[in-house]
Parts: sequence; C-alpha cells; structure tokens
Amino acid sequence: MTDLADSVKPAIPSGLKLQWEPAQDAHVLLYPEGMVKLNGSAGAIMSRCDGARTLADIVADLERSYGLTGLAADVRAFVALALEKRWLELRE
Amino acid sequence: MSGGTQAAAALPASPAIGPPLWLLLELTYRCPLHCVFCYNPTDFARVGPELPTDDWLRVLREARALGAVQLGLSGGEPLLREDLEVIVAEAHALGFYINLITSGIGLTRTRIAALKAAGLDHIQLSFQDSTREMNDFLSSTRTFELKAQVAALIREFGYPMVLNVVLHRLNIDHVAEILALAEALGAQYVELANTQYYGWAWRNREQLLPSRAQLERAEAVTQRFRERVAGRMQIYFVVPDYFETRPKPCMNGLGSVFLAIAPDGIAMPCHAARMLPGLGLPSVRDADVRTIWYESAAFNRFRGEGWMKEPCRSCPERSKDFGGCRCQAYLLTGDPDNTDPVCELSPQHALVTAAVARAERSAQSPGGAREHVLIFRDHRTSIPVVTEDGGGQR
Repeated sequence: MTDLADSVKPAIPSGLKLQWEPAQDAHVLLYPEGMVKLNGSAGAIMSRCDGARTLADIVADLERSYGLTGLAADVRAFVALALEKRWLELRE
Repeated sequence: MSGGTQAAAALPASPAIGPPLWLLLELTYRCPLHCVFCYNPTDFARVGPELPTDDWLRVLREARALGAVQLGLSGGEPLLREDLEVIVAEAHALGFYINLITSGIGLTRTRIAALKAAGLDHIQLSFQDSTREMNDFLSSTRTFELKAQVAALIREFGYPMVLNVVLHRLNIDHVAEILALAEALGAQYVELANTQYYGWAWRNREQLLPSRAQLERAEAVTQRFRERVAGRMQIYFVVPDYFETRPKPCMNGLGSVFLAIAPDGIAMPCHAARMLPGLGLPSVRDADVRTIWYESAAFNRFRGEGWMKEPCRSCPERSKDFGGCRCQAYLLTGDPDNTDPVCELSPQHALVTAAVARAERSAQSPGGAREHVLIFRDHRTSIPVVTEDGGGQR
C-alpha cells in the first residue's frame, strides 16, 4: 500500500467524523460506538484529508505549515496505515 | 514527523479523573418488546417519571462541556420518545457522535428522514425479543418483513447496516440461520452478543445460559461464515463472561469514561449499576453533570484501587481488568467489592462453574429447561433484584 500515487485524494469516509477535542487536547476520529485519539502528527495529516487535496498537496501543506522538508515518506506511510484501518478512503 | 497513532487513549500520568467520554442516555424504559434477557432493572416499573426534554438537553450540554463525545441513545425503545429528533439535533449541534440503539419498531421513512436531517450518525438495529421475535424471524413470518423494511431504510439513508443479535441457550443453535438472514437483510456488521447475566437475564439465567458445546458449535459456524463473507460482512462474537477465566475490564473501571443516565434522571457509572446496594446514585434533577461525575460519592466509590479486596488488591492484573464487573460480583457473591467471580483466581469462582455445570446438565436432559419458567420483561412481573445468596435489596 505504500505505492500510493501523489495524485490520490484521501478523505474521511462517510459515517466517520474527525474533530478537535479540547478536553483531550487532540484530534479524535469518531466512528460507530468508538473513538481513536490521534497524536499530533496523525491529527495534522488527517485534518487535511478532505477529498479535494492530493497526497502531494497534503505533504506540501504540512512542510509549509511546520517549516520542515522530507515528510513525504512518513505521510505516505501513515495514509497507507489509515486506509488499511478504514480511517481514510480514496476519492477520485 | 512520524506516522504513529495512539490507538487507545493513553493512561494519564497522574490518577486524575478523565472526562466522561461516553454518554449513554436511556431515554425511556418503555418498550413494545418483553425480552427475557433485557438488562433494564427488573423493578423498572417502580422507576419515577421520565425526564422532560429540557432536562435531557441540559444533560447533553453539561456532559459535552466536560468532554463527552460519543453519545448512545437507547432505552427501552428510544423511538417511543417523541422528542428524539429534538434531542438528536441538539446533540449534533454540540458535536456529539450520535448512535441510536433501536429494535427498529417505529422507524418509519418519515422518522428516519427526520433523524438523518437532525444529524444522527449511526443506527444499530437489534433483535430484541429472541424467544418470540426470533421464532417469528426464523420462520420468515411478518417479523422478518418488518426487519427487512427497516434494514432497507437504514441502507437507503446511507447508514451502514449494523445488526445486533442477542444469543442464549434457546437460540444459539440457530446461528447459521441467523447469519443467513442477516446477510439477506444486507447487514455489513453483525454482532452476535451472548447474553450477560444482569436484570431480566439474571432472573432467567438458569434457562438462558448455553452449554459449552453449544457455544463451541456456534463459534465454529460463525468462523466458517466469516471466511465465506470476508470483505463484505464483519461478524463479532461475544462469549458469555461465565465461560471466561479472567474478568472483562468492565467500563474500563467504573467512573473512568462511561456515564449513563436512566429515564428518571439517575446517573450511573454503568448501565446496570442501579442494582448495586448503598451507592446512593445521584440524579441530574438535583445536580449538574460536572458535580455528579467528579464529586459524587457514587462515582468515586470504585475509582482507583482502594476499594479492592484480595485477591485483586495484590494481583498484578488489577490495573488491566480493574477487578472485573462490580454488578456481577454483587449478583453472584452479595458483595460488590469482591473479585468478579468470573476470574478463576476468585475464591468464589465455583459459583460460576456451578452455573455452567447446571447449564451442561440441562442441555443433556431435554426436559431440563422446563424446570424454570422464563420471565418476560413486563410491568406485571417487575420486581426487585434477588442475588445468588437469596438476599434482596431496596
């Protein structure tokens, strides 16, 4: 799954909700009768997965926002993991 | 950056009390069904009047302010509340993820459209009355047609089709048929949940507890079905606690993440906790949710490890299972501070193995199951709790 193209557009599947929870000081992903508390980097990636931006856009945005370079491999690995767990899906 | 996640909320570094992340509103004990395994209190008919709409809305606001985020709406049958759409709309505006737990009775096209518009996130369709209703269902009569219509509506409105079926001795041998019908309903997720023994199920335990052979057959059938539908359907199989050798980490420890509100406004650290003696459960009619969650004696009663007795007190697994289920400890041993007797380290584990042994004998003698009469959940039979040692309460 790590051979994701730069052009894929990851999105939060319908039925799931991503939101910032002040009480947990974290982004959480909500799904039927459950919840995943995301760490900072996972939250930063997932909150950019809106089905409109491509993987390349997301990497560029993160590198710009955090003043870093070379994030592509980590972002790609996380997106692959999240797809496997069905926290994300790909949109055309 | 690294791509890791914290799949489960990490334990806090200090024993500080976390927020009630999971809020369950039992909107009503009214229900068109009469399930023999219902976990509602067996004296539910004595429970006072239901909270009015404004109080439920206030509870939602107060709990959300503390950090509650998963919301369950159940009962009884929550569709019997005419203000369900109002409650859902407020919960949605507040940012809750909203789960409706329903038998589907009363879920018309008009109603589901209104609930969807109000922001309902998820529906779990349950098979409630699995002696009467399941018999109808298995014989493909009107009940199946009703469930099929509701299932079609659920899918049409873009919800995943999630079916919950409660298993026990009288229906567990029909798992193959149940799964085939679930597939015919277009179910994507099926939870085959064996009855746990609280409330009405406790009263009917001698008739409902399956034998080990029944359980193993049902698991094998489920596994074969799982392999056939892999990728299309997910099947969960929940074993009765009585067949385990270690207790479940019930509610992740009472007062840790879960808050339930009963129809009359009583706040509970577990939906069965109403039976526990001497807890003095607070009511949302008298106090706000913050005070109840953080300050009430009832919610602090089983926090931490100070209340534990041996063998839990010195057990290395106490931080993993929190001593198991307080309600099960109380029902079986008469003392809610005891180790959950499901644990084979409990000196009272024989209470559980004896119940299982009786189930084995009943399974072998066809007439055995008639020794006890099933008691259907009903206003006429509503009674106080009776524990294993014969002691009552209230």
